[in-house]
Amino acid sequence: MYKILRKEILNDTVTLIEVYAPKIAKKAEPGQFIILRVNDQGERVPFTIADFDREKGTVTIIFQIVGGTTMLLNTLNEGDEILDFVGPLGVASHFDDVKNVAVIGGGLGTAIAYPQAKKLNKLGAKVDMITGFRNKDLVIIEDMCKNVCDNLYVMTDDGSNGNKGFVTQKLEELINSGKNYDLVIAIGPLVMMKAVSELTKKYGIKTIVSMNPVMIDGTGMCGGCRITVGGETKFACVDGPDFDGHLVDFDSAILRSKMFKDAENQGREKHSCRMEGFENGR
Amino acid sequence: MEDNFRVPMPHQDPDVRNKNFSEVALGYTAEMAIKEAKRCLNCKHKPCMKGCPVMVKIPEFIALVADGKFEEAYKVIAETSTLPAVCGRVCPQEKQCEKYCVRGIKGEPVSIGRLERFVADWHIKNGKNEIKSIEKNGKKVAIIGSGPAGLTCAGDLAKLGYDVTVFEALHTAGGVLMYGIPEFRLPKTIVQTEIDNLTKMGVKIETNMVIGKVLSVDELLEKEGFDAAFIGTGAGLPSFMNIEGENLNGVYSANEFLTRINLLKAYKFPEYDTPIYIGKNVAVVGGGNVAMDAVRCAVRLGAENVYLVYRRSEEEMPARLEEVAHAKEEGIEFKLLTNPIKIHGEDGWVKKLECVRMELKEKDEKGRRQVAPIENSEFMIDVDSVVMAIGQSPNPLIRNTTPDLETNQRGCFVVNEETCATSKEGVYAGGDAVSGAATVILAMGAGKTAAKSIDEYLKNKE
Repeated sequence: MYKILRKEILNDTVTLIEVYAPKIAKKAEPGQFIILRVNDQGERVPFTIADFDREKGTVTIIFQIVGGTTMLLNTLNEGDEILDFVGPLGVASHFDDVKNVAVIGGGLGTAIAYPQAKKLNKLGAKVDMITGFRNKDLVIIEDMCKNVCDNLYVMTDDGSNGNKGFVTQKLEELINSGKNYDLVIAIGPLVMMKAVSELTKKYGIKTIVSMNPVMIDGTGMCGGCRITVGGETKFACVDGPDFDGHLVDFDSAILRSKMFKDAENQGREKHSCRMEGFENGR
Repeated sequence: MEDNFRVPMPHQDPDVRNKNFSEVALGYTAEMAIKEAKRCLNCKHKPCMKGCPVMVKIPEFIALVADGKFEEAYKVIAETSTLPAVCGRVCPQEKQCEKYCVRGIKGEPVSIGRLERFVADWHIKNGKNEIKSIEKNGKKVAIIGSGPAGLTCAGDLAKLGYDVTVFEALHTAGGVLMYGIPEFRLPKTIVQTEIDNLTKMGVKIETNMVIGKVLSVDELLEKEGFDAAFIGTGAGLPSFMNIEGENLNGVYSANEFLTRINLLKAYKFPEYDTPIYIGKNVAVVGGGNVAMDAVRCAVRLGAENVYLVYRRSEEEMPARLEEVAHAKEEGIEFKLLTNPIKIHGEDGWVKKLECVRMELKEKDEKGRRQVAPIENSEFMIDVDSVVMAIGQSPNPLIRNTTPDLETNQRGCFVVNEETCATSKEGVYAGGDAVSGAATVILAMGAGKTAAKSIDEYLKNKE
């Protein structure tokens, strides 16, 4: 069992939890993920590691409440325990000789982009962070991001924070203003990562994206997480989750992400009924 | 000659069982078991035993069954086998012990597997586990992987007084016995009982531990205080055909398909949270036991048409005859000498499986007939999902993080077959991780050999 030591509601649909898992915390690196199972009936669901503290022995994940499992996870509080928590899985991100980098986070992807920015910042690279949200109420971890980069640009689709536009628009603007990025890291919804990759391809800037498809074991056993990269099938769990954005077949990844949509809806119904039950019981 | 025929095994009716996940073979009653045991000729030279990878004292336990001494019979089996209730169900006895039974010359061999199952089940229900207190020798052994090889090795070492810890990557111990073999062939409560027996003996099991990630083999030996390690990580990496359309929605590896169903209980969705989608028409590609498990799961999940697509003929199928017969009885349509060449989709979902007809050719050096496609014989099968059950290879996680462990071209650990010793001192390996995908009992045999070698190695090291 893995105890939740801290829980923080970041916005209406996004929650941060810090979980006591010392063995994982000892080995975790940016870019890696964990798989958890809330209870005995639960699904195994992957979450990218948002932060870790080797001394405290904790691993932080940030999740969006989208399906049954995340709804259930969100009912847990500080002191509650998660049944299974396994990792660190996947290949850690490698940053060799990166000097100028743009780290882009779309929505929840910001939480996954954060440890990468943090590590690059620590390694001495100049880090610009661009984060994008639908509106200002959905903005998460702004202060955390500020601390790990040279410049932070928070964009909103509706301009409600005074900065209207998509992350791609900001990125292009920065490139055109003379920023000389040798690497772009883009993490967020598939459509966003696709758009960033198309843009950077035009400018010939190496781009890394983080793929987070459905998977079961996270060790290469099920093959459910397969994606097409450079015409070859890769397993996101063991070959990734970081891939060259210019080689990823995003269109097939987007189609594959819909495989269990119906079940996700059913799961959401089941767990929201359960939660209503709790509410009524009080 | 009534004695020429074995006592038939009671089964759930095919039309009933193809709609549920309960066990198909119901097991002998005591009366049936005694009757079958009396068929044993108690041959002096015990030919059956040479067919058993773990050398169960077969004539001895059968004689006790014939006398109605079931608990005594269990003790005889348990001397050499860690998982009798499992072996009695999933061993390919027709290729092992029963193949050498003298009764088989004129008639049917004694049903050794069914008797083993009866004895093990009788013990689970009526027997007592006397936990003998074993004197600990103070030495620690790490077992990586909790499948049949690892569990056997763990059991044997625990009996010798070692402090044994089993590391399992998934959330449940048991390996392929839990995630791969379906409930209707091997009930999970049976597997759990066998595992509980090991923990009662003092074996520690740590789940959620991916060795190669959270800890490396070197760290186990150098930092975590283990004196030796056994790797029984199985063959967990699924193979695909590398044909067009394989990444469409609705295409599964057999591993994913079976794990969703067996380990995560997707057949009980939405009571359990893990979903599975199969649609009306399902094609499973392959001809081994895994393919048989997959077709039989698909029919139980309510598919209207389930096809087994295999490129050779029935004679070349690696699956057990019993599994093939069960699948046919349950309404699976066999499409033999048929090979998929492309999967057609619509909006990202599987729609049709394009196949080509094959013809049998000469035998290869292994004696298996080769096949070749027949020109212009392409045809389509309407399908909603496709399961690829064409084999697995060992997982590279440990290989990649332990450079001084020698592996072959197929990614299997290279060992001394007599001892299961790898190229790295103090590290032993066995089961599918060494042989490539094989059987439960061969893995158990390797686990036994490794336990013996580890014991010798650590005694000599003193």
